[in-house]
Amino acid sequence: MPLLEVDNLQTHFHTRDGVVRAVDGISFHLERGEILGLVGESGSGKSVSCASLLGLVPQPPGRITAARMHFDGHDLHAGDEAILRRLRGRRIAMIFQDPMTSLNPHMTIVEQVIEPLLIHKLATRGEAVNQAVALLEKVGIRDARARLDSYPHEFSGGMRQRVMIAMALITRPEILIADEPTTALDVTVQAQILKLLRALAHEVGAAVIFITHDLGVVAELADRVAVMRRGRIVEQGPVLAVFENPQHPYTKGLLACRPRLDTPYRILPTVADFMEVTATADGGEVVREKPVDTARLRELTLAAPASVARDVAPPLLEVRDLKVHFAVRRGWFRTSNDYVKAVDGVSFTIPRGATLGLVGESGCGKTTTGRALLKLIEPTAGSITFDGRALEHLDAAGMLPLRKRMQIVFQDPYASLNPRLTVEQMLTEPMVVHGLGADAAARRARAVALLEEVGLEPRFMRRYPHEFSGGQRQRLCIARALAVEPEFIVCDECVSALDVSVQAQVLNLLKALQARRGLTYLFISHDLSVVKFMADEVAVMQAGRIVERAPAQELYRAPKMDYTRALLDAVPKADLQTLRARQGKV
Amino acid sequence: MSTATPTTPAPEGASLWHDAWLRLRQNRMAVAGFVIFAGITLLCLFGPTFFTRHAYDKTQLEAHFKNPDATHWFGTDALGRDVFIRVLKGGQISLAVGFLATAVSILIGVTYGACSGYVGGKLDALMMRAVDILYSLPFTIFVILLMVIFGRNFILLFIAIGAVEWLTMARIVRGQVLVLKHAEFVEAARALGYSTPRILAHHILPNLLGPVIIYATLTVPAVMLLEAVLSFLGLGVQSPMSSWGLLIQEGAEKMDIYPWLLIFPALFFSATLFSLNFIGDGLRDALDPRAAKD
Amino acid sequence: MQTSLSRFILVRLLQALPVLFIIATLTFFMVRLAPGGPFSGEKKIPKEIQANIEAHYGFDKPLHVQYVRYMGHLLRGDLGPSFKYVGWDVAELIRRSFPVSLQLGVFALLIALGLGLPAGIIAALHKNTAADYVPMGMAMVGICLPTFVMGPLLILLFSSGLGWFSPMGWYSWRDLVLPSLTLGLYYAAYIARLTRGGMLEVLSQDYIRTARAKGASTSRLVFVHALRGALQPVITFLGPAMAGLISGSFIIETIFFIPGLGRFFVNAAFNRDYTMVIGTVLFYAVLILALNLIVDIVQAVLNPKSRLE
Repeated sequence: MPLLEVDNLQTHFHTRDGVVRAVDGISFHLERGEILGLVGESGSGKSVSCASLLGLVPQPPGRITAARMHFDGHDLHAGDEAILRRLRGRRIAMIFQDPMTSLNPHMTIVEQVIEPLLIHKLATRGEAVNQAVALLEKVGIRDARARLDSYPHEFSGGMRQRVMIAMALITRPEILIADEPTTALDVTVQAQILKLLRALAHEVGAAVIFITHDLGVVAELADRVAVMRRGRIVEQGPVLAVFENPQHPYTKGLLACRPRLDTPYRILPTVADFMEVTATADGGEVVREKPVDTARLRELTLAAPASVARDVAPPLLEVRDLKVHFAVRRGWFRTSNDYVKAVDGVSFTIPRGATLGLVGESGCGKTTTGRALLKLIEPTAGSITFDGRALEHLDAAGMLPLRKRMQIVFQDPYASLNPRLTVEQMLTEPMVVHGLGADAAARRARAVALLEEVGLEPRFMRRYPHEFSGGQRQRLCIARALAVEPEFIVCDECVSALDVSVQAQVLNLLKALQARRGLTYLFISHDLSVVKFMADEVAVMQAGRIVERAPAQELYRAPKMDYTRALLDAVPKADLQTLRARQGKV
Repeated sequence: MSTATPTTPAPEGASLWHDAWLRLRQNRMAVAGFVIFAGITLLCLFGPTFFTRHAYDKTQLEAHFKNPDATHWFGTDALGRDVFIRVLKGGQISLAVGFLATAVSILIGVTYGACSGYVGGKLDALMMRAVDILYSLPFTIFVILLMVIFGRNFILLFIAIGAVEWLTMARIVRGQVLVLKHAEFVEAARALGYSTPRILAHHILPNLLGPVIIYATLTVPAVMLLEAVLSFLGLGVQSPMSSWGLLIQEGAEKMDIYPWLLIFPALFFSATLFSLNFIGDGLRDALDPRAAKD
Repeated sequence: MQTSLSRFILVRLLQALPVLFIIATLTFFMVRLAPGGPFSGEKKIPKEIQANIEAHYGFDKPLHVQYVRYMGHLLRGDLGPSFKYVGWDVAELIRRSFPVSLQLGVFALLIALGLGLPAGIIAALHKNTAADYVPMGMAMVGICLPTFVMGPLLILLFSSGLGWFSPMGWYSWRDLVLPSLTLGLYYAAYIARLTRGGMLEVLSQDYIRTARAKGASTSRLVFVHALRGALQPVITFLGPAMAGLISGSFIIETIFFIPGLGRFFVNAAFNRDYTMVIGTVLFYAVLILALNLIVDIVQAVLNPKSRLE
């Protein structure tokens, strides 16, 4: 008998605007000691389904029903809060996505780590503290005893996630539910945490349900995988089988649309290449598999030969020894006595029509570099030359004509559109400021053309940002940047907040625009696979400096610096070779 | 995730204001608040010109302390003045003070807060420290002192109350501006070369309006309360003029024998505060759906 | 923590000195520039005698000389004699009347916290049920019935109607009940709303979900995990609330005829009792600054993340 058995679980939310079927009839099981990867994009219901297991969904508005939901002889669905409470944290533990908000900021680390033991009366306080120290050391917190009385805010994100893991495993639970535990972390930290999680789960003998949006992580970690889409599990099975021979078109699409380190592409396939979704009158939908033209797909994904022309083109942008230092202001009179060297001597050139990828982990100064180029942040020192003109000493008026030629697209599509402006206002305002378009009608026509160019319909002109999805918003941001007909665009993590399938579409759009308009990009990202897809040349940043710069293919094939190699090694790989190797080893 | 038959489909191209309006209309308490408040306001504004049978300052000593009846709906006071008309007249004053002083506080608060937040740096630190210090002053005491010493000057009353109430507004606005200043859409606007006035007018102020409206709605009752306190202490409006605070004070003195003198003005006053608070709560839930507590 | 805390207190105390100086100066000139004087409202006093009295108090000297003299006295901690209550020092008057106001304020605060906190917590835990609507409805009523309405109503009910308490005066502990209830109910309503809001905010946080996933019971969730965060807005409010309790006592003392500091202050202002006015204002200022400091310290101790700046 499996440890956990779920049959036809449904979680519906009854809201003022109707019933939301977050989980719409899923069935799965979990054996002792195995790792199940639950994959899906945002809104697929993967987190809600696991929260439903333990009754952690707020009810009302939520309503949980299931034909069968059994854990080791206990009926989880009986609605008996007392039974659930005895299981929670003792036999079934959870880890959550955001280590910044999931720990109580008002309680010390030790209080939180030993709490499960005390709640379930598994140890006395003294024993609990000793166990906590041992476990914290094991998850990699050095000198744990001295740091017991620290508060969460004194720890970094990775450290907090280690604390969360210790807290979850301290009762040696039989099931560990990990809800996107590495999504908020840097790739190298993610690799460490994944390794730790696998080792400890094995040691404790816990089965793991690992929720993630990242197929690469599943390939690294899981024994079996279940793919969720819109509240349903569309496919499940052993990882190798699913990766080798996906059955559902959605799985095929997901597997294909993720840029990978090991294969070159020209254009990314998207989920829409594999399936067609038609909405039915009653709010449901019909999914139909598209016949895949493998030849065309191969042609799509084949890399274009590196263009020779780009190498000899004169540089459009030249940056020499750029420095951005922030004064740390303290005390009463805000006097500064220290500097944070966010960018500390960065130099590069970007030829016209090319893309420079700037990669690095959080806090390495890549975003500051991008903003300093556009003088959104005043550079401390160094020179920026755009098409032969020095920018570093220009004031706002001097920058104005150049603003038309240099643009930026930001990471968060929700924060980067003014919620009070319609699409039309948003797209025509830049034209007004820069005197583009003869009159209002001409500007309107240009705005419509822009919408079509980024793949949105002209009827959206009167809509407001909140009526769009994340991917559509990012298209709007791109359209707004294009409104002034720029030659150079800084893409600052511009697909990081998007789901994989949407990400592929936006990346393709950026590529197509570059080809059509001859755009030059500075593509900033923490995601090495995405950068590989986009960039001709890649610069790796660490602590405010560029540690390695090389043509993309070369850098990925033969990294010279240890740091670059560590970054590349840390990226979860979803290729069959790695997968087979791992399965063979285990 | 699939959504089945939403009950209120927002029309395409509905602005956030429109959405907020829809949400507000669904909030029964807020709608009731609006109706009551509009009723009281209209009655106070046009009542005295419409019901001309009595004047608010006409004394009829022979008819003092009359119980409510068909001629004097709310009875008469110690000097035989009609309480109904005095309550309406008092409402004019109280509402005028409430709205004008709130306007003063918005004017000072928004300007101060927006400057402090947008300029930032040392100026911001200095301006906010000044607010902190002002906060820690016994302001009500100063207002009382001011009113005692310089007499019951109506203009002074607005300024004094407005000057007390702007502090919180300044803090709220400054906090919002700080957030907005670093919002990516403002950075995008800067990258597009928009001038500072354009950014302030098109991108920051419209997003500031929500919090300002919400807080203003909650400031009006606070101001009316302060005016009533002053009048109650005999420091605000003076007889034969009338205000709700003054009427309540007069009523409280005689309530043992003539309770209606207290009950009617208190009823109007409390109903107004009640409706304004419900409108404020409703606006907060409607304009800031994330903060909605349901 | 220890050193930063003491430094914080020291900085705040140093900061208070110029503030108090400005308040004293402002009040001094404000009272002096006002029309009338302490002896002008009295019955006819022969001119010579009035001149004598004024000379005795130094009123014949130029204003700035008087100011310097007064500030000199102040520095030595001397608030001067009252002009109205002849033979009394201002400090002595404050000493005698303040304890009355203090008792009133403390009891009102206890009532406010004792009613407001549980009501807010219960309402938040039973959101959108009768256990939420009833206390919150009452809180709304409480906010809309200001003290000068509530006071007379309570008198009407409990002394005129039921005869349990006397309507005014200050003779036994029973006289404390109605005034502190009047003052406390308003703040209880406010605190209940703040507590509910704070609780709901915190209960929606990720770390509460973490605690539930550990198997914590409801009482553990509330008292161990949620309350510390949820009380932040309440504690922030306590600063202005205590100031309000103090200045609110003017009205209560007027309604219930209680010989507290508030009534002395209002009378002093009416009577142009210069020294008494400045003395009381300064006393209130010190009190409010001290209370704000205490609130800030409590907040800093409860919130490990807050930096004492």
